[in-house]
Amino acid sequence: MTAAVITFPGSNCDRDMAVALERVMGKPPERLWHRDSDLPRGVDFIALPGGFSYGDYLRSGAMAARSPIMRQVAAAAARGVPVLGVCNGFQILCEAGLLPGALMRNAGQTFICRTAELIVENVSSRFTAGLSRGQRLHIPVAHHDGNYFADQTTLDEIEGSDRVAFRYASNLNGSRRGIAGILNAEGNVLGMMPHPERAVDAAHGGEDGLLLFKSVLDGLSVA
Amino acid sequence: MQVRVHVSLKPGVLDPQGRAVHHALEGLGFADVRDVRIGRLIELDVADGTSDDALETMCRQLLANTVIEDYRIEKAPA
Repeated sequence: MTAAVITFPGSNCDRDMAVALERVMGKPPERLWHRDSDLPRGVDFIALPGGFSYGDYLRSGAMAARSPIMRQVAAAAARGVPVLGVCNGFQILCEAGLLPGALMRNAGQTFICRTAELIVENVSSRFTAGLSRGQRLHIPVAHHDGNYFADQTTLDEIEGSDRVAFRYASNLNGSRRGIAGILNAEGNVLGMMPHPERAVDAAHGGEDGLLLFKSVLDGLSVA
Repeated sequence: MQVRVHVSLKPGVLDPQGRAVHHALEGLGFADVRDVRIGRLIELDVADGTSDDALETMCRQLLANTVIEDYRIEKAPA
């Protein structure tokens, strides 16, 4: 069982992600740098953490999406390796074309930092198999560019193929159809704005994030 | 060769920044403003003879996100 956390210049949730994964896996993940050209051999799980890679220059996630390691992440995703992008990681996955749509400035213009209530929509992916449909999760958000946008056709396609993973119980940032997290067509790439790695300890104020990590890692250990 | 790439939000994509600036202009007394859209101007200095294809590819691969943005390439007259 080998997990990898990728750090870009300006990532700031990479350590939190590593701590969360170690808590669930019992061993620390491999830490990679954006200029690395190879993923660990036999990597089972890849996490792109939150932060402000490249200072959000050009567009959030735009520069990181073109960094050397992302070619390997795309190849691994195509092989079926589960890839989780949180916050800036979600923005990077959209910019890299691994997920549809884009994340725009919050409709209210303000940076939003608080615990969000999420509604679980998809329960068939490896990230959400341990959850139940309609379940409410409480997970922190902290973003300025979390307003999910895709055109109507794309949104209908995402909804029609059960690829909305989570929706905000109360749409806090203007996201189309209240979308907080989406899956790729194969179900092995998940992007979400809320930070599950910030809800893995009672001292964080909640442990709902553990449910997501346990779901994906349980799925891997039985595979 | 000097090239300017104008990047703007596609029609129909809500521009919260533009809306805020619109409100601010109204607040300053400019009642005639109907809409404000904020874009980005990128100035490139490229080798003479850089092909239009190469410039298009730069826009599509990085300079604009074609999910939400349109772009227009303007080459400075020689």
